[in-house]
Amino acid sequence: MAQNAAPDLEKRLADLDKATKAAQMAGDNAWMLTSSALVLMMTGPGLALFYSGLVRRKNVLGTMMHSFILMATTTVLWAVIGYSIAFAEGTPFFGDLRYLFLHGVGAAPNLDYGPTIPHQTYMIYQLMFAIITPALISGAFAERMKFSAMLLFMTLWSLIVYFPMAHMVWGKGGFFNASLGGRIPAFDFAGGTVVHITSGVSALVCALYLGKRLGYPNEGMRPHNLVLSVVGACLLWVGWFGFNAGSAVNAGSLASSAFVATHFGAAAATLGWMFAEWIHSGKPSVLGAISGCVAGLVAITPASGFVQPFPAIVIGAAAGVVCFLMVTSVKKLFGYDDSLDAFGVHGIGGTLGALLTGVFATKEVNDVFSGKPMGWIDGNPGQVLNQAAAVAMSWVLAIVGTLVILWICDAVVGLRVQEQDEIQGLDLSMHGEEGYNFES
Amino acid sequence: MKRIEAIIQPHKLEDVKEALKAIGVDGMTITEVRGHGRQKGHKEVYRGMEYQVDLLPKVKIEMVIADARKEEVIRTLATAARTGKIGDGKIFVYDVADAIRIRNDDRGDAAL
Repeated sequence: MAQNAAPDLEKRLADLDKATKAAQMAGDNAWMLTSSALVLMMTGPGLALFYSGLVRRKNVLGTMMHSFILMATTTVLWAVIGYSIAFAEGTPFFGDLRYLFLHGVGAAPNLDYGPTIPHQTYMIYQLMFAIITPALISGAFAERMKFSAMLLFMTLWSLIVYFPMAHMVWGKGGFFNASLGGRIPAFDFAGGTVVHITSGVSALVCALYLGKRLGYPNEGMRPHNLVLSVVGACLLWVGWFGFNAGSAVNAGSLASSAFVATHFGAAAATLGWMFAEWIHSGKPSVLGAISGCVAGLVAITPASGFVQPFPAIVIGAAAGVVCFLMVTSVKKLFGYDDSLDAFGVHGIGGTLGALLTGVFATKEVNDVFSGKPMGWIDGNPGQVLNQAAAVAMSWVLAIVGTLVILWICDAVVGLRVQEQDEIQGLDLSMHGEEGYNFES
Repeated sequence: MKRIEAIIQPHKLEDVKEALKAIGVDGMTITEVRGHGRQKGHKEVYRGMEYQVDLLPKVKIEMVIADARKEEVIRTLATAARTGKIGDGKIFVYDVADAIRIRNDDRGDAAL
């Protein structure tokens, strides 16, 4: 009897272990697939609506197309080589080619990135980030860039700027990776440096290189439909839960913490921008409120998995006020035409968020350093310097990479549309369509 | 025959339509237009960029009436559209050479 019981017990324990793991995988995978879909929703329709409402009506389709087409081009690029450059182990700066054509990326989990979800889920989740990041830049060259040049620019930009930067911060052995053996561990939970600084700073370079839109700033360039932008901003707010809480790569308490921080940051930034504008210009505009919301979501992104709810409110409120001053006063001072304020919101919001993450990160939320203090308030003021190093690297890579890419695109296809095409609008001149046909 | 062209405040359109209907004017054409007379426009601010908006939304009413009804129609229209403030609009009166009903070739007053 006793001889039979032992192997039976062992088998039952093994079965139980297997069942528990399967249950956890099912739960985590459900959340990560949901998050993947939420992050895609941020690009289309979220960002497509947000941006297209801000342009003139003759460019509404062209602007939507900037976001939409990236959902296709980045996907193919990712499958062929992008995922491998970003997430395969390799040098500290880019990955090797082991995942070329998604070779070996299947149902078995990647134990470094997501031990409880299929590797394929992790891959598709990260793809959604690679899609939205270049789409954010398109706000800077709206209403004046050739479609062919935009496609070439975005492809090269993903290859030269985004994939390497994602590798440095999130890839195994990446230079700044805080949990997987980076040389200068910097905290970036969901992409303050990788997504928002790279895209925002590249946007500024694009705006300066391309020059102003014809007639800017003397001619009226009022947003043609802020209703679209409000709907877009609301979709961004909701989608951002997938962006930040999904970055926990499981459905546990860290996801909850990031979800809460994200929401609090967005709310505080909305109020920050609104009151700053109210005091400064006399009226609380709707465009101001939704811009503040996006600025807060940007700033809380790197911090979301490391900070408690009240620091999240502080980060959000700071982002709302700082980004407001940036797009109103500072932009006017320098006179560049960042059409939809991709730099003022993403570049500045991302930089502020990344630095404040070094201040407020705490082991109470996410014990990355195994019990050692994390941010300044935890007793590790030096972390702010690490954050600054990652910020500096993102700025430099974005500036140099974008300049080189713009120069190549200008030489190969030419960046800017003809003057008469710009006057006619990109919808007709680039795509042969109009957004609003009232006669039909 | 006279053509009456009135530019009025959009929110007065319903009052004007009711008043004209009450005196038996059935036909009119309405267009949404933008314009200004002595009325000043307003300022709009988008992310710190200020825009002076001079052309304001108005409604244009056009109708053709028999000569005999001119004063009655003008009086009714003006009373119904009036708020007493700058921006109430204007009425213009033109002579009309002829009118033709496309359905059955009625001419002149009979076509109205």
